[in-house]
Amino acid sequence: MAREFKMPDLGEGIHEGEILKVFISEGDHVNEGDPLLEVETDKAAVEIPSPFTGIVEKILVKTGDMVKVGEVLITFSKESQAQDKKKSGAIAKEPKPVAKDTEEKAEPSEKITGSKAGQGPVPASPSTRRLAGELNVDLREVPPSGPSGLVTAEDIQKFAEKQKGKTEEKSSKPEMPSPEASEDQPRKTNVVQLSVPPLPDFSKWGPVETIPFRSLRRATARQMALSWSQIPHVSNQDLADITKLEAFRRKQKTKIAEKGGNLTLTVFALKAVVTALKAYPYFNSSLDTNSGEIILKNYYHIGVAVNSNEGLMVPVIRDVDRKSISQLAIELFDMAARARERKIGIEELQGGTFTITNAGPMGGGYFSPIINYPEVAILGLGQARMQPVVRQNNDGNQEIVIRLMMPVVLCFDHRVVDGVDAIRFTRMVIEALEDPEELFLNMI
Amino acid sequence: MVMGELSLDTQLLVIGSGPGGYAAAFRAADLGLEVTMVDTDDRPGGECLFRGCIPSKTLLYLAELIHDAKRAAPMGLTFGEPKIDLDAMRQWKKKVMDRLADGLVTLSQKRGVERIRGKAVFEGSNSVILRDSDVRHIRFRHAIVATGSSPIVFPGTTFNKGGRIISSAGALELNDIPETLLVIGGGYVGLELGSVYASLGSRVTLVEQSDRLMTGVDRDLVKPLQNRLKTLFKSIHLNVTIKSLTEDGEKVEVAFDGKQAPPDQSFDRVLIAIGRKPNTLDLGLENTGVKLADRDFIRVDNSQCTHDSSIYAVGDVVGGFMLAHKAQYEGKIAAEVIAGKPSIFDARAIPAVVFTDPQVAWCGLTEESAKKENRIVKIHRFPWKYSGRAITMDAPEGMTKMIVDAESERILGLGIVGRDTEGLIAEGALAIEMGALAQDIALTIHAHPTLSETEMETAEIFLGSATHIISPNKK
Repeated sequence: MAREFKMPDLGEGIHEGEILKVFISEGDHVNEGDPLLEVETDKAAVEIPSPFTGIVEKILVKTGDMVKVGEVLITFSKESQAQDKKKSGAIAKEPKPVAKDTEEKAEPSEKITGSKAGQGPVPASPSTRRLAGELNVDLREVPPSGPSGLVTAEDIQKFAEKQKGKTEEKSSKPEMPSPEASEDQPRKTNVVQLSVPPLPDFSKWGPVETIPFRSLRRATARQMALSWSQIPHVSNQDLADITKLEAFRRKQKTKIAEKGGNLTLTVFALKAVVTALKAYPYFNSSLDTNSGEIILKNYYHIGVAVNSNEGLMVPVIRDVDRKSISQLAIELFDMAARARERKIGIEELQGGTFTITNAGPMGGGYFSPIINYPEVAILGLGQARMQPVVRQNNDGNQEIVIRLMMPVVLCFDHRVVDGVDAIRFTRMVIEALEDPEELFLNMI
Repeated sequence: MVMGELSLDTQLLVIGSGPGGYAAAFRAADLGLEVTMVDTDDRPGGECLFRGCIPSKTLLYLAELIHDAKRAAPMGLTFGEPKIDLDAMRQWKKKVMDRLADGLVTLSQKRGVERIRGKAVFEGSNSVILRDSDVRHIRFRHAIVATGSSPIVFPGTTFNKGGRIISSAGALELNDIPETLLVIGGGYVGLELGSVYASLGSRVTLVEQSDRLMTGVDRDLVKPLQNRLKTLFKSIHLNVTIKSLTEDGEKVEVAFDGKQAPPDQSFDRVLIAIGRKPNTLDLGLENTGVKLADRDFIRVDNSQCTHDSSIYAVGDVVGGFMLAHKAQYEGKIAAEVIAGKPSIFDARAIPAVVFTDPQVAWCGLTEESAKKENRIVKIHRFPWKYSGRAITMDAPEGMTKMIVDAESERILGLGIVGRDTEGLIAEGALAIEMGALAQDIALTIHAHPTLSETEMETAEIFLGSATHIISPNKK
């Protein structure tokens, strides 16, 4: 019997992914560990290595397919040797490919599909039919895999995934219940659920192009909608004088670069934020409305928004409080690079307690970022610009000087913290950034 | 509920607390909806529990015991003449009903389903007024109509309390054992209740206007039952109609019509079992968008929704098989749809059981409907005279019959006549719903010696080799 390679569990909460690339062809010989497929999940693109050494018998997926965890992706011919990669030391629990299986009697010789006699409903069990209803699949369209045309639950799943892909590509029009239909046939209404009204046909007014709404774009949309619908956002805006810090940064930049890092403003912001988080721990928390608790986290894992070609990613730097500036500069540089190339692991995108988004390099000024749910606040940095600043000189007189000023925006969850806390928090971040020496003192 | 409260708001109003109504209410409550159930009866259960399935099966069980005791004599076991204590029998029947009804009351309470006694009449698509109730008015987001059906009255007569012309409900009250009973109607109600009274000692005459008993059921399944009833009843007259029916003191004078009509005569009681009609005409449905079909059934789609999007209907009021289990299934579908789930009624096999002796049960496609629809099918039968278990019970007249798609041999219908078919038919229903092939049943081990083997052996005939019968198509 053939060995089946199923979509592995890719980590917490990931149930499905899209096949981006298929590296192999049917009949190929692959070694254990060779990449088979590239799969894009909500957050990252992952290469899936082969757990077997052997011959690829059949590839059941193609680029663009959405696959669920546990779905069979590839089968290997019987001489393939199973080697459990992760637990190579342990005795494999899986059933060994026993030769007996292959000698099994042939299937019933008469295999009839799509019988003429079968004028009745499509054969499928009640649970399968219910699944079809849930996934909005017409049983008659599904290619059956069971005996004599029986449609199985797996057939429905597979078909639904394909259908989903298709409708996304075609940007199908949502079905409107036609008022005429209700005359003769009782209306079927979707009660309880609130739905978005259907869009007009834009092509009436000019040429349009439709882009599939997938993967990262879809994940971002889901996350943003969730955050915006759950969190009452308030933003506090201010300016940080980073003249001194920028001078320091330029001086140290090459030194860090030699070590393989990139000393950006974000690196300092990471440190400044942790200082403030320690002083105001509610900004390092999550609100659990189900249990009615605020969960304070005694670790400081800071997410940094990174722009990749496919969209926004937020890799998380762990234990920022325990790392040096140069360590952070190296780690952030590496993570951002990998995130841009979608080579980052899912676990590196999880577990953040606070997020920083630096729009400065792109030339952004003031903006109001959305909190990365279920975190409580996000810090946005704009581009630092030379500005005339009125200040008191040492003689106690007012003077106008040219300083490098950076917009700082703190968006916070007003359920958990108040404006007063936010102002104090922001001030602490700004003071840390304005006085690098103070910042470094705090870091030690 | 606070008594005296005049107006009430609810998410889901279920009108009628029979099997369809309470199944819907319970399912909806389990799905988190706030449910109010209104009925003119005190406790849930409806026609089925108080005037139908349950009391009739209670009495049929006793009839079966009487019959079995007699049958045992040639096997060497002789009982004395049964003593019939009608009072005790009625008490027993009441106990059975009470136990079940009280159970439903508890289930309602535990699920937080609010029960209100009264007669609900629609004022519009989202409210009803109640008659004979402490609550005057209920506003709802959705309603499920599950008001069931009533026995059809014979034209020109009425069912009066204590009258001689009785409905199934009247017959089940078991007021007396009439010396002579005329049953009008050869459907399952007439046959079941006729059997009860005949077993208790009445001389039962049955008339049916068509040329057969149990219209809609394959003739070969009815045959063994008909043979048995011929001996149990005084007489059975087919193709006979009633010319007149006159209640006259202690008797009912009956005049018959038809070629083989018996002479006009009088009976102590006459049971009218000519069908049921939906209870839809006094519900104020005209104040809603609900539309009625032929014979006043409510029109619904496969999600049980009527033409009025806030009103659903389940059970006898929507027609089809007027059976409690069909109503319950529909009730659950309606509840799920109202709770936002994409459920539809798409059952392929609704089992039906006639609790006579022998019992007749069938599900899915019948031979006659296959013919009508020009379906290409294959049919095989397994007579129970080849079943070891049937012989041990001296029940060789039974028969199991399977209808499959000619090409795929997928099981489309199953019919059984014999003892205990009520349990056997479940396998057929499951097979049809699962899309099983005859081979699937043939390859499933069935315990020996049981009557269920007859289902396996019938399936084996399709494959060309059944153990206890010579297959016509040996393979």
